[in-house]
Amino acid sequence: MSAAVDYLLHLADNALVLGQRNAEWCGHGPILEEDIAQSNVSLDLIGQARLLYQLAATLNGAGVTEDQLAYFRDTHEFRNYTLLELPHHGPLSAYASSSLDYGTTIVRNFLYSALMALLWEALEKSANADLSAIAAKSLKEVRYHLRHSRDWLVRLGDGTDESHARSQAALDHLFPYTQEFWAPSPAEAAAIAAGIGVDLNTLKADWDAIVDAALSEATLQRPALGGYVPEGKKGIHSEHLGFLLAEMQSLARAHPQGVW
Amino acid sequence: MSATIEEVWAALEDLADPEIPVISLRELGILREVRSGADGLEVVITPTYSGCPAMGQIEDDVRSTLKNRGISASIVTRLAPAWTTDWMSETGKEKLRTYGIAPPHQTPAGSSVVRFISQPAKAEAVPCPHCGSSNTVVSSHFGSTACKALYKCRDCQEPFDYFKPY
Repeated sequence: MSAAVDYLLHLADNALVLGQRNAEWCGHGPILEEDIAQSNVSLDLIGQARLLYQLAATLNGAGVTEDQLAYFRDTHEFRNYTLLELPHHGPLSAYASSSLDYGTTIVRNFLYSALMALLWEALEKSANADLSAIAAKSLKEVRYHLRHSRDWLVRLGDGTDESHARSQAALDHLFPYTQEFWAPSPAEAAAIAAGIGVDLNTLKADWDAIVDAALSEATLQRPALGGYVPEGKKGIHSEHLGFLLAEMQSLARAHPQGVW
Repeated sequence: MSATIEEVWAALEDLADPEIPVISLRELGILREVRSGADGLEVVITPTYSGCPAMGQIEDDVRSTLKNRGISASIVTRLAPAWTTDWMSETGKEKLRTYGIAPPHQTPAGSSVVRFISQPAKAEAVPCPHCGSSNTVVSSHFGSTACKALYKCRDCQEPFDYFKPY
């Protein structure tokens, strides 16, 4: 596959996996307004994923469709950040189970939206005109995702003792996964060389500024980095993606070619 | 005899948005252009939000309206330039207000993401569509659809939707 297709799949898988993950709040939100907000954010993300898959399918040719890309690829073929596939709670061991934690959802949405606001803005200058058009649309949407998650980050971080502790714990758990943003994959490197993609390291100072300003307002401590750098965008995922894909893909796989 | 560009515009003039039926697709700025292409007339539409569930319905509505008038034209979806609420006509905005939805403000010019976040623009007051008061407060950034936010008027106490600048 071409550099453009690989890069588009990375962007599309990010949007689809987080859109699917956040949709778990539909009908289960902590309050009605947030239930609706997460569903709307998911709609935007899945809409962006569709545009990206459609473009990837067109560039790929050979009769590939957006549905095949979304529903008929397996875990190791997905190119999303590991951060986005993690469940809505902190680390567990053995057979422990946990309920959904809204602090985890908000922290992840904030860290990712801050990145995508910068990346979509930079991708408006992509050498691929179709990707540039998708970036211009997505930028308008991610600004609202960022505003929403940033407001809630401040509300939870600078809220009660309980909300502060849970959002700090979520940040401590998720922040190391952002290290994956700054380690270019071969697909990203090829897309950058072709002028289609953007080197995220050129955006890191701005991302740090957005994150630090929000954490400071939220009275949260920025965790130290180090340790394992995830490689989800190279297809090496956590154990959680398989379960997410199984739920998302089972209907399409039970009824291949189904139309409704 | 095939239809003219003017006839296509006339046929689609009053076609309403499926979500907010008081405003037409033309007033919303979704219907961009009618032109003659290689294979006949083409109606150019520009989608709103990437995930807006109404977009499929809108395309179907355009297609069936034209078919019912015996007009043959194809539909072309154009992403760039991206749809913006600045394309909404003044008449359309007034119709929204009368319907109870506060119309969108002008999108901020040339605001980069970093400036947007480090110095969040002082939120412009959104006047209540019911009583006109500017003493309003946002309840939620996302309302009944992705394109709207939920506000509350502190004077008349009514909740209302605000069509967000996009």
